[in-house]
Amino acid sequence: MIFHSLPARANTFMPPQGTEVASQFDTLYAFLLIASLISFIILIGGLFLFVMKYKRKSIDDKTAYITHNTFLEFLWSFIPFVIFMVVAVWGIVIYNNMKATSEDAVEIHVIGKKWQWDFLYKNGKTVTNTTDTSGNIVYSTMIVPEKTPIKLIMTSREQSDSVKPVIHSFFIPAFRIKQDVVPGKYSSLYFTADKKGEFQVFCTEYCGDAHSKMLAKVRVVSKEEYDQWLIKETEALMNLANLSPAELGKLVYQQNQCSGCHTINGSPLVGPSFKGLLGSDRKFADGATQKADENYIRASILNPNGQVVEGFQSGVMPVYKGVLTDEQISQVIEFIKSLN
Amino acid sequence: MSTAGAGHNYLEHGKGLMSWLTTLDHKRIGLMYGIFIAFFFLLGGIAALLIRLELFGVGEMFTGAEYNKLMTYHGAIMVFMVIVPGIPAILGNFFLPLHIGAKDVAFPRLNLLSWYVFMAGSIMAVCTLLLGGVDTGWTFYTPYSIGTSGGVVLMVLAVFILGMSSILTGLNFIATVHKLRAPGMTMNRIPLFVWSIYSTAILQVLATPVLGITVLLLAMEKVFGIGFFDPALGGDPILFQHFFWFYSHPAVYIMILPAMGIISELITTYSRKTIFGYTAIAYSSLAIAGVSFFVWGHHMFVSGQSAIAGILFSLITMLVGVPTAIKLFNWLFTMYKGSVQLQSPMLYAIGFMFLFTIGGVTGIMLAVIGLDVHFHDTYFVVAHFHYVMVGGTLMAIAGGMLHWWPKMFGKMFSEYWARISYLFIFIGFNVTFFPQFILGSMGMPRRYHTYLPEYESLNQISTVGSWLIGTGFLVLLGVFIHSLMYGKKASENPWHSKTLEWQTTSPPFHENFEETPVVTAGPYEYR
Ligand code: HEM
Ligand SMILES: [Cu+2]
Repeated sequence: MIFHSLPARANTFMPPQGTEVASQFDTLYAFLLIASLISFIILIGGLFLFVMKYKRKSIDDKTAYITHNTFLEFLWSFIPFVIFMVVAVWGIVIYNNMKATSEDAVEIHVIGKKWQWDFLYKNGKTVTNTTDTSGNIVYSTMIVPEKTPIKLIMTSREQSDSVKPVIHSFFIPAFRIKQDVVPGKYSSLYFTADKKGEFQVFCTEYCGDAHSKMLAKVRVVSKEEYDQWLIKETEALMNLANLSPAELGKLVYQQNQCSGCHTINGSPLVGPSFKGLLGSDRKFADGATQKADENYIRASILNPNGQVVEGFQSGVMPVYKGVLTDEQISQVIEFIKSLN
Repeated sequence: MSTAGAGHNYLEHGKGLMSWLTTLDHKRIGLMYGIFIAFFFLLGGIAALLIRLELFGVGEMFTGAEYNKLMTYHGAIMVFMVIVPGIPAILGNFFLPLHIGAKDVAFPRLNLLSWYVFMAGSIMAVCTLLLGGVDTGWTFYTPYSIGTSGGVVLMVLAVFILGMSSILTGLNFIATVHKLRAPGMTMNRIPLFVWSIYSTAILQVLATPVLGITVLLLAMEKVFGIGFFDPALGGDPILFQHFFWFYSHPAVYIMILPAMGIISELITTYSRKTIFGYTAIAYSSLAIAGVSFFVWGHHMFVSGQSAIAGILFSLITMLVGVPTAIKLFNWLFTMYKGSVQLQSPMLYAIGFMFLFTIGGVTGIMLAVIGLDVHFHDTYFVVAHFHYVMVGGTLMAIAGGMLHWWPKMFGKMFSEYWARISYLFIFIGFNVTFFPQFILGSMGMPRRYHTYLPEYESLNQISTVGSWLIGTGFLVLLGVFIHSLMYGKKASENPWHSKTLEWQTTSPPFHENFEETPVVTAGPYEYR
């Protein structure tokens, strides 16, 4: 799997700067790195100097008896204190810029679940992980217009009640921002992307087995491109709204890898063909028989290995429980019916 | 002091396993802690090496689930069973009474009980492996910990029990410092190690109960379904984080203050010079202990706590940096015009200053709220806390063990090999953890068992470093074992130190001193 994220800026080891805040961040970070380096050189340089200069010559070396020096001690308390306060306030300013938003920000809902990010747009479009033809995950991509304030409204939620939602965290390194995504709450994240391009998203709150694979992308496009994309998606959604249940069922069939194993032309593949399935008599590996009605099809989708038709292998078909909704299952049934 | 008529040293006072298991001698109890903490360190270390091995390549040696359990065991064992108890339980037990001229701690039976409680908790923690392991990370964040399977309940009960042991030890030390100081040993004359153990004890007693309550609530939620933290039951998952860090931030000072105490002892001894700014160091320990109760929110800048809370926590956290800087400069100026000897314990002390400075300045970067938003939960944080906990506390334990080894066992060790161990550990440490600062800056999140290809080479460097550290600790173990078997007999005071423990025999008598010492001067009168 190739990830196209812009290369890190080699000179500073930082991710690309996708926002104004990112460059403010890098300035403060650079300041602190230099200040730290200077303090380090003073301390460790002093250490090496003293170690060499006052190296022990004999075990009864006379040493100076210096118990303290109030002025020096004041200096090395006060100077660090001032520096710390300056960088703290500087950091607070940047933090406030991170939180800055405007009334007309484009709002996008973000839903974190084990283990993927879904993006919901105002027009009803949902972007989610998909799989390509060879079974690899294609991570969801959030498309946003450049130079436009964006507000993400985020929560953590699971598809089915049997899975407990957990905390995730939405992190875009190129924008130097992250925010925890908590079940039962909405949290928000703001940014205005300066540059077009594709940027990596990570989950940074530990969330279990596939935590490190809970990835996504942000694609920043020009405003025109974004508007066109929205219009296109809205039209696609309107078309969907006009489809019959059987036509919707066909989409479910195409989008959930059913078509990889079940044909609609009558010839069996890995599994039986759907043509003429409804109403036919099924004979199972254990000799039992049953007429294929709606309940039979529903059961075969939710628990495919419960009963396996003679001539086919058990354990091959994935379990769709928790993957397809009841509504989608009804649509698939209508689709299969339409093939008779 | 002569040995004539002094009776047995503590190692020979009573023979057989039972004489150890029922001993009330603080020195023996310290050693018993030492043996098991070293064993747990080995367990935690093996987990660490496996974690690093997995991260060597982008390929998968462990599944995500297995990796997460390894990572949890590494963190939980190292924190709750090694770094938190480490210095107080081993060196504190052994040397606190010696340092103040006492025969034992205030409550010797309670001291033995603490050891048994510690062992019970540790055994429970290790037993959770049999229940399928724990995969929550050492922080047990809800609601993940409520939903996941495995031995979470047993593990948090183990943490509860370990906390109990920590509280008992703390109580004992506070009472000892107040009540058992030898005549003339005023609070201004106790060694800085004692000051640091004393400040730590206050933290242990005040902060640990909060951890206890928190993990009990978590266990109740898991067993009885009471909704404290689970939003599905009307609870608040962020509340858990507040509770957890209210303990665990002070806990990071439970880990570092005793280490700072050891460093103060090492630097004066090997510079043959009185400590620079005794009062400043002593009171900065107390200051750190005090302020550390008000900064826990710096672990939660992006958790959803209010912006105002985050800003306040950022400012207060800066206050912790000041006493830390004070200590570093005081140690530096202790060497000024001294007579510095680079004996292996001193090398470890210098290593401590080097690494702890890096840990400290990166701590300041994390305390800057605008920067932490990016760094939080990335490898930058991982590098920071390893610089302070391993580069700080562990280096101090190693230095302290070497320094006091002749006193504890009456045997010298191979200086040459002790230096070799130092080289491996110090270099290996930097090779392992410095690249992690860069990884974190580049955005690599922590607790990842796979990562993007652009992070590969730095991860590989880091893994190679872990082998160097492992080698270093094996060498150090070899130094100790060799010394026990073949070491030359140690004199009373091989390093010519001024503190009281060096004024008795090596190893000390059962009751420490032939007669109770009378103290007439401070601990560092090198003139
Ligand atoms: C100058 C002193 C220090 C400052 C200003 C400081 C600051 C911080 C901050 C702000 C964080 C939170 C970072 C984040 O989670 O995003 C942090 C994490 C941490 N620090 Fe420090 N720190 C200091 C010293 C120490 C010491 C002495 C120790 C322990 C010996 C320590 C151990 C830790 C640990 C264990 C964590 C991470 C815990 C976790 O998330 O698992 N720090 N530090
Ligand atoms: Cu903290």
